[in-house]
Amino acid sequence: MAGYNDRYEVVIGLEVHVELHTRTKAFCSCPNEFGSEPNTNVCPVCMGLPGVLPVINRTVLEYALRAGLALNCEIASFSKFDRKNYYYPDLPKNYQISQYDLPLCRNGYLDVAVDGGERPGARRIGITRVHMEEDAGKLMHGEAGTDYSLVDVNRCGVPLLEIVSEPDLRTPEEARAYLEKLKAILEYIDISDCKMEEGSLRCDANISVRPVGSTVLNPKSEVKNMNSFRAVQHALAGEAERLSAILAEGGQFLLETRGWDEASGLTVQMRIKEEASDYRYFPDPDLVPLVIGPELIDRVRSELPELPAAKQQRFMANYGLPAYDAGVLTGSRALADFYEACVAAYHDQKVVSNWVMGEFLKLLKAHNLEVAASRLTPSHLVAMLKLIDQGTISGKIAKTIFEEMFLSGGRPEEIVKARGLVQISDEGELGAVVRQVLEDHPGVAEDYRNGKEKALTFLVGQVMKATRGQANPQLVNRLIKERV
Amino acid sequence: MEIYDLTAHELADLLQRGEMTSEEVTGAIFQRIHDVEPDIQAYVTITEEQAYEAARQVDGERRQGKDLPYLAGVPAGLKDVLCTRGIRTTCSSRMLEHFIPPYSATVVEKLAAAGAVFTGKLNMDEFAMGSSTENSAFFPTHNPWDLSRVPGGSSGGPAAAVAAGEAPYALGTDTGGSIRQPASLCGIVGLKPTYGLVSRYGMVAFASSLDQIGPMTKDVRDCALVLNLIAGYDPLDSTSAPGAGLGAVPDYTAFLTGEIRGLRIGVPREFFGDGLDSAVAEAVKASLGKLAGLGAVVDECSFPHAEYSVPCYYLIAPAEASSNLARYDGVHYGYRAVAENGGAYDLMEMYTNTRSQGFGAEVKRRIMLGTYALSSGYYDAYYLQALKLRTLIRDDFNRLFDQFDAIVSPTSPTPPFRLGEKSDDPLSMYLSDVYTIPVNLAGIPAISIPCGYTDGLPVGLQLMGPVFSEGTLLRIAHAFEQDTPYHQDRAPLKRGHAAVSPAGREGGDSHGRL
Ligand SMILES: [Zn+2]
Repeated sequence: MAGYNDRYEVVIGLEVHVELHTRTKAFCSCPNEFGSEPNTNVCPVCMGLPGVLPVINRTVLEYALRAGLALNCEIASFSKFDRKNYYYPDLPKNYQISQYDLPLCRNGYLDVAVDGGERPGARRIGITRVHMEEDAGKLMHGEAGTDYSLVDVNRCGVPLLEIVSEPDLRTPEEARAYLEKLKAILEYIDISDCKMEEGSLRCDANISVRPVGSTVLNPKSEVKNMNSFRAVQHALAGEAERLSAILAEGGQFLLETRGWDEASGLTVQMRIKEEASDYRYFPDPDLVPLVIGPELIDRVRSELPELPAAKQQRFMANYGLPAYDAGVLTGSRALADFYEACVAAYHDQKVVSNWVMGEFLKLLKAHNLEVAASRLTPSHLVAMLKLIDQGTISGKIAKTIFEEMFLSGGRPEEIVKARGLVQISDEGELGAVVRQVLEDHPGVAEDYRNGKEKALTFLVGQVMKATRGQANPQLVNRLIKERV
Repeated sequence: MEIYDLTAHELADLLQRGEMTSEEVTGAIFQRIHDVEPDIQAYVTITEEQAYEAARQVDGERRQGKDLPYLAGVPAGLKDVLCTRGIRTTCSSRMLEHFIPPYSATVVEKLAAAGAVFTGKLNMDEFAMGSSTENSAFFPTHNPWDLSRVPGGSSGGPAAAVAAGEAPYALGTDTGGSIRQPASLCGIVGLKPTYGLVSRYGMVAFASSLDQIGPMTKDVRDCALVLNLIAGYDPLDSTSAPGAGLGAVPDYTAFLTGEIRGLRIGVPREFFGDGLDSAVAEAVKASLGKLAGLGAVVDECSFPHAEYSVPCYYLIAPAEASSNLARYDGVHYGYRAVAENGGAYDLMEMYTNTRSQGFGAEVKRRIMLGTYALSSGYYDAYYLQALKLRTLIRDDFNRLFDQFDAIVSPTSPTPPFRLGEKSDDPLSMYLSDVYTIPVNLAGIPAISIPCGYTDGLPVGLQLMGPVFSEGTLLRIAHAFEQDTPYHQDRAPLKRGHAAVSPAGREGGDSHGRL
């Protein structure tokens, strides 16, 4: 990759939309569900029929307050809803109920480090505002050759939060880390499913470049259509590259909207903004202003769960974990809960940490699964660790069992039994194998006698191989040493 | 008196006493509708079949000895801006000519639950924008006192229907005077309740912060009875006042004591200035004398920001309307323009043609005005200024209500004008509402009651009070009504020039002057 980061500074701000997983929609009592048959979760209100009126779902306000507090925002004592007026067929009223000049939350921040965790090196990214609004529907365009499109109104009126960062992000990697951190927090406070692929978390980015040391903000590109964290990082890297090239050639920046094209790995121009769109915002006269008292804020604050930073500190203090381990384990609420369920039933917290951060995360990643979808539960892991401690299985066998538990959800005891994986700790039985190995490799035995430690490893390996890994390694070691 | 001339409470008494059935009353009303509708043209949709069904239902329940609400079985008309499940609701617009709502407005549900028998949907200015009902996309409605004249608007259909005996009472809506001005021009009673007293759910919005639904009746008692049925908190309307702002909705008929001694009534001199027809002024001034005669303390006062009401209103109402009416775009329901060659328009062509063809001139004028007022660069100069003026107007009222229990004025500056007289002059049409508009801007209640005649055409008196003072307004209106005969007069359905005044009552001549 070209060295745009040597001469040029990249300036990125992210606009994130998250769908709140309330039971009902924001302004009517229709179910808020993903994946229903088109136009089934609808009523006169969310269809924007003549004469209907919106009524705010109080849970939306509570969820928005949770987000505002978790993101260290100031909460407005007086807020209101405004109408954002624009015509589009997926918007039945041709205005979106949103918040304009008096958002519920503003001036927050998020501490973000590129490689995860909350260590020195984390940078504080400003959060300009968090506001509530309603989602629009979806257009489904007819097949090629047809002259119509269909509208699905199910998503109309689904509550959204718009979370706008300051242009504080400096690299595509940092933008990704910010998004991951934001997602973790939103999951911690349990207000959204945060699934980018289902559209319950959506991200648009504003990006510009300038010479290092400059404080001017050059015309920015707005990048859309990024459907994964990876896509955000790659799209921004590509766009930074493109903008840097323009700057290097002394070209002119355009204020434009570009879409990320996953297939080509490039951003493609969607439109040039000649002037700012005029949404003719004005206060929605159908909704009364929101007066948010300190009692409500205090109650929501007191009900907030422990957030990642605090949890990481507690993991370090209570479980004696290094900052890195604690950071990884608290990276998602589900993973932290998994870890804590294990250490509640097992004494060695570092051993648990190694298994969770190692094998467990590796398998989740390999199978592209969320913690919640894992068939392997904390009780599986704890039972397996106890089998190791009892000498029933070896650590090496345990890896095989772990993977099988992950795949099948079977109990470790049953897997051990079914596959005959019980460790061989019988001196007589192992003694015979050791004797045979020493006879087969007299030269290596000689090397070991002459002090070559590596020879021992080889001999142990041969015994393990002969017993298909079931030999008790401590016993094998002892027997070889005795007999050589 | 004919059955169709009776008030709702008189009909209710007949039903209670078993002297008539609801089916018979309903039959009498529909007979009247069939007789006079060719001249009046008050109805957009007549729901005769459903009405008889509802009437027979009430009659059946009454025979079974069921305890029925007082107005059960009495017919009622609805302005065609109130959504009715299964019955088309047009707002007198091409845009919604064939629109059948899947739900009913809260007020419609409430009246239905009280046993109302709906006669049909009444004509109006398109989307309630106008003061003469000439802006109906379908046909104009005629004033029963003089068929060559307008019934006022936008609730001209309800006003004319009640005045002509085509409905014992009706529900109208009032954004800038749309209940009171037609009530005045048609010689009936019309009440615009406090903003938030009556749920707006299911009323097709014109200007959300100004719209209210209210009764249009033959007398003040009917007005109180209907208000009893429609007032009250509605969880479906966020702007609806919990406990009706009073803790609970009172029985408004309890205020009809006839006793107004000692009540302080203010007369703002700004409401009697330029543009006020002298005969109207005279009738209103005569009414002030009657109020004083009844023991009220009537005093002159000042409303300094009166002259800003109309410009303020014509920024705020169109601004809200431009957004409220954006949904009529041909995509989801209502009128959609189709290409002449039979092919499909692209999206922008479809939007443009649908809205150009589906809306009438006045609606388009206000949408453009409102869009302009909200546009960036103009918002501060227009919309924001209008909001500030609105506060000043509210403050004027609040100051006056420190001194007075109610304020009076003419309802309309002129008697009913001729069809076509003002249709090419929007500004003069807008001034029809000069005395009613401040009330909507302030969110307060006001009632218009008949107070005399000029050349055989009715004149209306407007009483305004502080928020949630409907009881006091009804009390004053009722006392006045008891002391005057106008509410007993019925429109003559006269053609052409009105020359003879009913019972010789001209400008309150026979009842003394101020
Ligand atoms: Zn809905």
